[in-house]
Amino acid sequence: MIEIALVLGLPLTAALLLALWGNRPWATDLNASMSLLTLLASAALTARIISLGPMTAWRELFFVDAFNVFLVALTAFVGFTTALFSRIYMRVEQERGKLSAARLRLYHSMYQTFTFTMLLALLTNNVGILWVAMEAATLATVLLVSLYRTPAGIEAAWKYFILCGVGIAQALFGTILLYLAAEKVLGAGGTALLWTHLHAVQDQLEPNVLSIAFVFLLVGYGTKVGLVPLHNWLPDAHAEGPTPISAVLSGLLLNVALYAVVRNKVLVDGALGSHLAGNLMMGFGLLSVVVAAFFLSRQKDVKRLFAYSSIEHMGIITFAFGMGGPVASFAGLLHMTTHSLTKSAIFFAVGHAAQKTGTQVIDHIRGLIQTSPAVGWGLMLGSIAILGIPPFGVFASEFLILTTAMQQQPWATPLLLAALGVAFAAIFSKVQAMVFGETTAQRLPHPPALLPVFVHLLFVLLLGLYIPPYLAQWYRAAARMIG
Amino acid sequence: MTLPLSHQIINLMACLLLLIAFAMVSQRRILRLIYLFALQGLVLSINTAVVALATHQPHLYFSAGLTLGLKVVALPWLLHRLIDRLNIRWDIETLLNIPTTMLVGIVVVIIAFNLALPISQLAGTITRSSLGIAMASVLLSFLMMITRRKAVPQVIGFLAMENGLFFAATSATYGMPMVVELGIALDVLVGTFIFGIFFFQIRETFDSLDIHHLEKLKEKA
Repeated sequence: MIEIALVLGLPLTAALLLALWGNRPWATDLNASMSLLTLLASAALTARIISLGPMTAWRELFFVDAFNVFLVALTAFVGFTTALFSRIYMRVEQERGKLSAARLRLYHSMYQTFTFTMLLALLTNNVGILWVAMEAATLATVLLVSLYRTPAGIEAAWKYFILCGVGIAQALFGTILLYLAAEKVLGAGGTALLWTHLHAVQDQLEPNVLSIAFVFLLVGYGTKVGLVPLHNWLPDAHAEGPTPISAVLSGLLLNVALYAVVRNKVLVDGALGSHLAGNLMMGFGLLSVVVAAFFLSRQKDVKRLFAYSSIEHMGIITFAFGMGGPVASFAGLLHMTTHSLTKSAIFFAVGHAAQKTGTQVIDHIRGLIQTSPAVGWGLMLGSIAILGIPPFGVFASEFLILTTAMQQQPWATPLLLAALGVAFAAIFSKVQAMVFGETTAQRLPHPPALLPVFVHLLFVLLLGLYIPPYLAQWYRAAARMIG
Repeated sequence: MTLPLSHQIINLMACLLLLIAFAMVSQRRILRLIYLFALQGLVLSINTAVVALATHQPHLYFSAGLTLGLKVVALPWLLHRLIDRLNIRWDIETLLNIPTTMLVGIVVVIIAFNLALPISQLAGTITRSSLGIAMASVLLSFLMMITRRKAVPQVIGFLAMENGLFFAATSATYGMPMVVELGIALDVLVGTFIFGIFFFQIRETFDSLDIHHLEKLKEKA
């Protein structure tokens, strides 16, 4: 109870404080320390759920189980490490005159608001509030994407706003349809949108309405997950916004949107008793993997490159959840964790690399390893990890997904393998050129924030070598819930 | 057999909504577009109040009031101030000419009614016959967003789409639970503010609100 209040209250308070003082020199430290407090609160919440099991709070307005508490912990953790990275990154940006103090205030306040909306989306028990929080997360980030006020930045933000706005409107229609079906069983009023109540009566919900509802929900939230062909906003928003925002968009927001899809899928599966929802998700997931892999080699901008890589990985996870079953869902959850940690680490390294060379164009970033071996190795190791090379954790989850696919959906395996191969060739050759060779990089006025990069990569490495029993237990409980 | 008065009013309002949706698709002037949007809000609000009266759903009075305050007064006022400050009252350029758009609109309405048929059979509300119209206005607003070139009409299309969804919620289920409705209203309000900020950013950067300036970011072949 108190933990939930803290997890949600801290970022909200931080947003208000930073709206007042976000332009002060110590605002970056305040941002990081408030994120640390949020992380501690979510750790307490996690400990409680592990020992006491699922719980609801405040007249069932909030619901916490193994599935969402794991994402809450991940969100708070990456939120904190990104705040550490942004402490240095934003200082450099400000000293280079790219940002005024007023915009820094907007940035800090919106960063915390964004964290709040994601945590709210994860913790709420009400499917309607889930929608409201997802829309609020879009609104919080849209002005961050256009923070630099460059023509390309404004275009990216406009695209993000319109596409995600229209997309998420479809999800609202899906939610209305879900409510229509639920109201028949649970009666009108507040309880008919509560996930726990819906879950209890899922086999009585009208299947026709739910299948139409799921199509709208998948298209709506799928836009935010970045599933092809609804992915157009994603590379632009990642490339044009400040790098800490790219890191949290890729590492967290996409996960939260996928969480919304999966929560609704559980209900639809129960009502339909068929595999329709899973098949739709497999289709979208596979399409995303393949299309994104082939776009990778054409990218000239390093942040766009890794944005497409995010689309590819979200496709893999969507495919895994679509297949369903204990192993695939387990692998999907593991992949959510490893992708989120690795991709944000990569964005941290890329952010510093871009600051050192003054460009995001891949061809102009050369020889990182000469001026700053740490940034170079961070980028190299991160890329190796994201490409699924053992012993990193991404390998473990991809391996599980592929072996399950061989048993359950053999036709999809060659497509997945080919896409992973293409992605490997594209990313590895580009990263290698950026890391080695003659240098173009310069020193930064502040020492780069590399601790988050290596802490993330260390965790990914550990997850690849050994998953602690309590964590495995936790994943298994969540996977059972997803089905 | 004659329907009770309340049903007749609800049906009348639904027809008016469809008419307004078409009027918006065909409207060339930006100021009239805002008036039409306000009118749409008013019709929506009256409709919600009548449903509330006929079905004794007290929370619907509240959402009727919310609609009146937000969509008839606040948002049109905000938009009006915006176009005053930006000094834009030009004729709207469309990508397709108006008669073609209207024809596409008719097709869209037929699709919407077909899609809504199975759903409205399940809905037990007195308003279920208007579900098709709700879907039609959502799709027509979508059509409007696609065919307009300037930023402001696109945003009005976006808001009109939200109106259509609200109407769908009232006709299928007598409205969503209160917390959700409040949350949606808050999102819409904040969204409009952000759109407003955006208009200034776009104008400052491109000296125009024509969104064809916003088509540079593409995958190069």
